[in-house]
Amino acid sequence: MHQFFRTLSCSDMRYSFLSKIFVAVFILTTGFVSAQGHEEEAHETGAHDLKTEIKEYIDHHLLDSYDFTLFSYTTDEGEHKYIGFPLPVILWDNGLKVFSSSKFEHGEAVAEVDGSYYALYHNKIYKTDSEGTINFGAHHDEDTHTEDAFGENLVVEEAHPTNEKPLDFSITKNVVFIALVGLLMFLMFRSVANNYKKSHLPKGLGRVLEPLVVFVRDEIAVPNIGEHKYKKYMSYLLTVFFFVWIINLLGLTPLGVNVTNNIAVTFALALITYFITTFSGNKNYWKHIFWMPGVPVPMKIILAPIELLGTFIKPFSLMIRLYANITAGHVVLMSIIGLMFIFKNWIGSPLSFALAFALSLLELLVAALQAYIFTMLSALYFGMAVEEDHH
Amino acid sequence: MEKLLEQFSLGLFVWQLVLFIGLLLLLRKFAWKPILNAVEKREEGIKDALEAAEAAKKEMQNVTADSEKLLKEARAERDAMLKEAREIKEGIVSEAKAQAQTEGDKMIKQAQAAIEAEKKAAVADIKAQVASLSLEIAEKVIKEELSDKKKQLKMVDDMLGDIKLN
Repeated sequence: MHQFFRTLSCSDMRYSFLSKIFVAVFILTTGFVSAQGHEEEAHETGAHDLKTEIKEYIDHHLLDSYDFTLFSYTTDEGEHKYIGFPLPVILWDNGLKVFSSSKFEHGEAVAEVDGSYYALYHNKIYKTDSEGTINFGAHHDEDTHTEDAFGENLVVEEAHPTNEKPLDFSITKNVVFIALVGLLMFLMFRSVANNYKKSHLPKGLGRVLEPLVVFVRDEIAVPNIGEHKYKKYMSYLLTVFFFVWIINLLGLTPLGVNVTNNIAVTFALALITYFITTFSGNKNYWKHIFWMPGVPVPMKIILAPIELLGTFIKPFSLMIRLYANITAGHVVLMSIIGLMFIFKNWIGSPLSFALAFALSLLELLVAALQAYIFTMLSALYFGMAVEEDHH
Repeated sequence: MEKLLEQFSLGLFVWQLVLFIGLLLLLRKFAWKPILNAVEKREEGIKDALEAAEAAKKEMQNVTADSEKLLKEARAERDAMLKEAREIKEGIVSEAKAQAQTEGDKMIKQAQAAIEAEKKAAVADIKAQVASLSLEIAEKVIKEELSDKKKQLKMVDDMLGDIKLN
């Protein structure tokens, strides 16, 4: 318990300190940029457009996509070229519909499947008519207006399309990546496991991975859950630790596939932690929630809903923490890289490069730290659920 | 928050859940259990080996102590035996001495008694022989002496004279 608070406060401190620095740097640089932008605004509006473009690019980067694009570029004729491959789109809309995402032509065309039309709008699939019309609700704008799905002049960016959304189980870029990481982990750890059949000592990959496995066991599981009960939870803790870590690390590669900055992914992980906690809760755990021992009866009544809410907030915080840390890291990193295109002078690019480099190193730490924190807190919640009565 | 909810993709959620649980189950069967078991087995092996070494060391110490004790005991026993043997020897010797003494004394006494008896017998014999010799001599002398009258008378006189003197 003591150890947990120590690590938590320690990591918080480290976090707040570093984040302060980066926020300061970020504000300074963006302030500088905007000041520069004001000066130039009279002459050209290009800088502003560039900023919008960078912002859109970052937003786009953070989103999932229906095809595996390694990189894209624009030709001199203004044509977008994409290097990558399409992925299958799986929809449930009055029956199963499977088609290749190449039909969307990267959001520039309406896909026609079995007489239904689908279009991409902000990387989501909507059911449309053959023209790909997206209808917007009236609640955001004075008058209802329609807009072309691939129209350029967006008036209301925050508007919600009212088109029907089919149930979407597509194999997106993130799904492919999750599966690939899963495969990688399976192959890696199976080879490590198989090695033990031949020798008692770890060899090759096992020399790196075994200490990490032992770390999860001795530093995360055993201190938080207890010597006698930790074994049941080891599989989950190890899987989640390595999964989050590896996927965070790979998210930093130029492939740029961010998985843990999808709230759906972190929600799924947090949900599993929630279910494991709830289903392994013993009598003592529930007693502490619904009828807190050692406090007067009125307090017990007040505490019960708070404690019950707490059981949801704990995994919820897990979800938000992982999502927010990775998203923030990527946004800041990409913003700094984007600065390079805004500065366009001899001081800006090296500065931007240096900052991006430093931040990348920090992100390497964050990748491991978030995996550790997620696993640590999951273990802590399991520990609370199985803790025996000490009164 | 609104943006978050808007971003939430049910498909990705379902896929993540399915793939993750699949991965979890696969890894549990093919990786975590064998790895953890192997690590645990090795740790137990190391622990056992260390304990065994410790036990062996203790045993060794015990054995050394034991052998030292045994040696000491043996030495003490040997000393005791030697002492006992010496005592026995001394006892036997002194006893033998005493016995010899008494035996000797007894023999001496017997010898003395025998000598005494022999002496007495010899003395008695000599006495008897002396007596008979004396008688023979006396007879011869008397025979010779009494061959004439004169001499016979003289002797009687002498004898008488002796008697008077006595």
